[in-house]
Amino acid sequence: MKAESRRKKRLDRSIKVRTEGLYALSSWAEILYLVLPRAVLIFGLLLIPLFLDMYWRRVICAAGIYALLALGFDFLAEFVGLVCLGGAFFIGAGGYISGLLNAYAGWPPFVCIPIATLSGAVISTLILVPALRLRGIYFAIASFMFPLFAVYIIIALSAFGGTEGISALDTLPNQWSEIYLILGVVLISLFGLRRLVNEDMGLILRGIKDNDQAVRASGISITAYKIKAVFIASLMGCFGGAYLSHLYGWLGISLFGMDFSILPIAATVMGGMGTLAGGVLGALILTPLSEALRGFGQLRVVLYCFILLLFIVYKPEGFLSYFQRKYHQFEVWEEV
Amino acid sequence: MDILIYGTVNSVIYALIAVGFTLVYGVSRIPNFAHGSIYVLVGFLTWTFLKNLHIPYGIAIVLSLFLATLIGLIIYRLVLIRLRGLPTSEIIASFAVSLIILEGLRMQGIAGFKGFIGPFYMLPPFVDGKVRILGVFVDYQRIIIVAACFALVVLLWVFTHYTKMGLSLRAIAQDEHAAMMLGIHSDRTAMTALSVGSALAGLAAVLILPLGNITAEMGYKVLIYALAVCIIGGLGSWAGAVLASFVIGFAMKISTALFGAMWESVVLVGTIILILLLKPSGLLGKQKELEERV
Amino acid sequence: METEALLHVDKISKAFGGVNAVSEVSFTLKRGEVLGVIGPNGSGKTTLVNLITGFVRPDRGRVYFKGKEITGMPPHKIANLGLTRTFQVMRPYHSLPAFKNLIIPLNAPRVRKTRGGKLGDVDAVAIDILEEIGFERDARVPYKPAGSLPLGYLKRLELGRCIALRPEVIICDEILSGLSMSEITGLLPLLERLQMDGISLVMIEHRLRELFRLADRVIVLSFGQKIADGTPEEVMENQEVKKAYLGREKKR
Repeated sequence: MKAESRRKKRLDRSIKVRTEGLYALSSWAEILYLVLPRAVLIFGLLLIPLFLDMYWRRVICAAGIYALLALGFDFLAEFVGLVCLGGAFFIGAGGYISGLLNAYAGWPPFVCIPIATLSGAVISTLILVPALRLRGIYFAIASFMFPLFAVYIIIALSAFGGTEGISALDTLPNQWSEIYLILGVVLISLFGLRRLVNEDMGLILRGIKDNDQAVRASGISITAYKIKAVFIASLMGCFGGAYLSHLYGWLGISLFGMDFSILPIAATVMGGMGTLAGGVLGALILTPLSEALRGFGQLRVVLYCFILLLFIVYKPEGFLSYFQRKYHQFEVWEEV
Repeated sequence: MDILIYGTVNSVIYALIAVGFTLVYGVSRIPNFAHGSIYVLVGFLTWTFLKNLHIPYGIAIVLSLFLATLIGLIIYRLVLIRLRGLPTSEIIASFAVSLIILEGLRMQGIAGFKGFIGPFYMLPPFVDGKVRILGVFVDYQRIIIVAACFALVVLLWVFTHYTKMGLSLRAIAQDEHAAMMLGIHSDRTAMTALSVGSALAGLAAVLILPLGNITAEMGYKVLIYALAVCIIGGLGSWAGAVLASFVIGFAMKISTALFGAMWESVVLVGTIILILLLKPSGLLGKQKELEERV
Repeated sequence: METEALLHVDKISKAFGGVNAVSEVSFTLKRGEVLGVIGPNGSGKTTLVNLITGFVRPDRGRVYFKGKEITGMPPHKIANLGLTRTFQVMRPYHSLPAFKNLIIPLNAPRVRKTRGGKLGDVDAVAIDILEEIGFERDARVPYKPAGSLPLGYLKRLELGRCIALRPEVIICDEILSGLSMSEITGLLPLLERLQMDGISLVMIEHRLRELFRLADRVIVLSFGQKIADGTPEEVMENQEVKKAYLGREKKR
């Protein structure tokens, strides 16, 4: 009986309450409280490469790509209500366009990558538009199918290099530009999205997810906003793809691989859906893990799907939310 | 003329593949992304029973179908039951289950497990040989498939119209809340639906796999076909699924005859996009207003 | 006659799987008037609203707004023309402050061009609107999380959502339902003020006494058909209406 007479109550820490308004600037402790998590993230991310050898630096580059995909997935799933099961399509689109421009037109990577990012995003968005006017599940199905179709078509028509792919693309100038480019883009995307989500557009998108009828009755075309959201997410994914093709100097059908679709999802679920940063952290954890387990082949995918299921069923808030909660609140037993 | 015969066979194959998915979605509104993986899993299980454990073919089939049903039950009970009502999580979870099974089947080198890749795995047809129909050679297996499909349709019709379980499935499919008010247990019905759906996937597998070989990649392809049939026919519409299978079946055969087998995927994805643009709720989708209303 | 009519509904019909939800309903709303829509439960009132405002496509019939045909137009386009509606079941964003709920309509094309200014102004406009409809600024009510507001305020918030669009017509779907007498007494003057500001109202209601005080004209629906159309007094005398609400008199 004793256990039932007490209940856990969560209260915001006093320092959190103090930092909610303008008074946050009134003391160093409070400024530190606000700035610390973000500073740790930014500086940690930027300093890590200095301590790693070339192999692991490459791994961080890959983690950055997955992080971009995770950001896109989290954004679309939690803030718009669209579950994107095919991040691989963005990678493939960006990668192929950038690689093909480089291979056939001879343009250097720093020209190809932006063009590929933009055009890839346009193409990805256009192809997903038919599914956007309909229920969320159509988007999930369509996004799942398109990367697979892209592979079938490329193989069947033997186009764009077919099963062999195209190699000997130009790579990025040097190791340092490689890694800081991707990390920079990840950070900009992360903070950019956080900003977006709190602006008017973010509110509208969240409204679409929560109660789309009311949004339509308020004079907003939900399809138009969904298209904008998908475009933003695909920009990030296509950049990742374009970057990837110049990281290894190679493009092939593996750019549309299931790995790119599932790892970001697992990273986001682990990190905490809706936190945006959670996906980034999840990617930073899962990618090296996946690399370390390279010897086990497909076991990696099975492993991260298992982890994903465990999290989604038992701890859907993810570990970042858990830590955020610990940071901002404390628990107290109270008598009932 | 052989387009007619092979088109029909093809259509029936698509219908068989899609029926399990349609059932699960119609009843519980859960998209069972693991559908394709169960198909392949049953194929491999049957092969293992047959080749490694030397169990007679017939019993092997029954055993794997039974396991398929069980797996469907387990998937629902362990994973999906906690996620009902959260569409995002449902989709992600069933997708994850699908990958666990499919990628698991591709694993190599764990405890000597070779992994199912490569064209080595085949199930023997039920009856060998061909027969001549209307001037075209058709193997017995294909005829068996068509016959089995008809039998299945009749069986399912009887099941959903005359048995208590079947009627409750239809009730939940039509109006979940009303059915619940009549005492029909939503979770139990969804569990049944998923089990039956998995069994149907398995059935499709044992019937169709003898025509070719078994690979893990097929899981994705099968899932895509099931999804395509449902989208084109209308999610949740039985008649639509049948109609769509015929449309797709014939369209694919005709395009192969005209343009060559390479363009199959193009035709398929093109049809899907066309339907989404022109008649989003599918050919026979009943829920038109709801579709547009998102 | 056509030019005076702000909203004209012509023989609109919708059947759901064999059941005639709305059958051949026609009516006209003139500028500046308050039109009541009453009828027993299940008579098709909400379906009628959905048909007019574009949430459901009619099987037959047409709808004209300000002379232009709007049948089958998507809801957001209709709202942008100035024809708005409230929802019976409201789901505001619980954790967001009340005024943020208005940010969404304030981003609609209809208002965007005229509201002027950058981000900061949108919040101020939202708070002003809320204040006009009774959210006391001094008591910081507009800043309270929407989920914590009592029903009376939520109904006003729903009206606010429409008002933010600078509408010409607001269709209120049972806006007085579920409120206590004091909340209703507080809401009625707001509705009258809206009418005086030039907004025409269509009110779907069950509370006949309050509705009849506000309404200029009333139409009555029963089983999807319009069975009466007139002033409140005329409608109250109508035999058909009495039959629909109270049932036939038993003949001994």
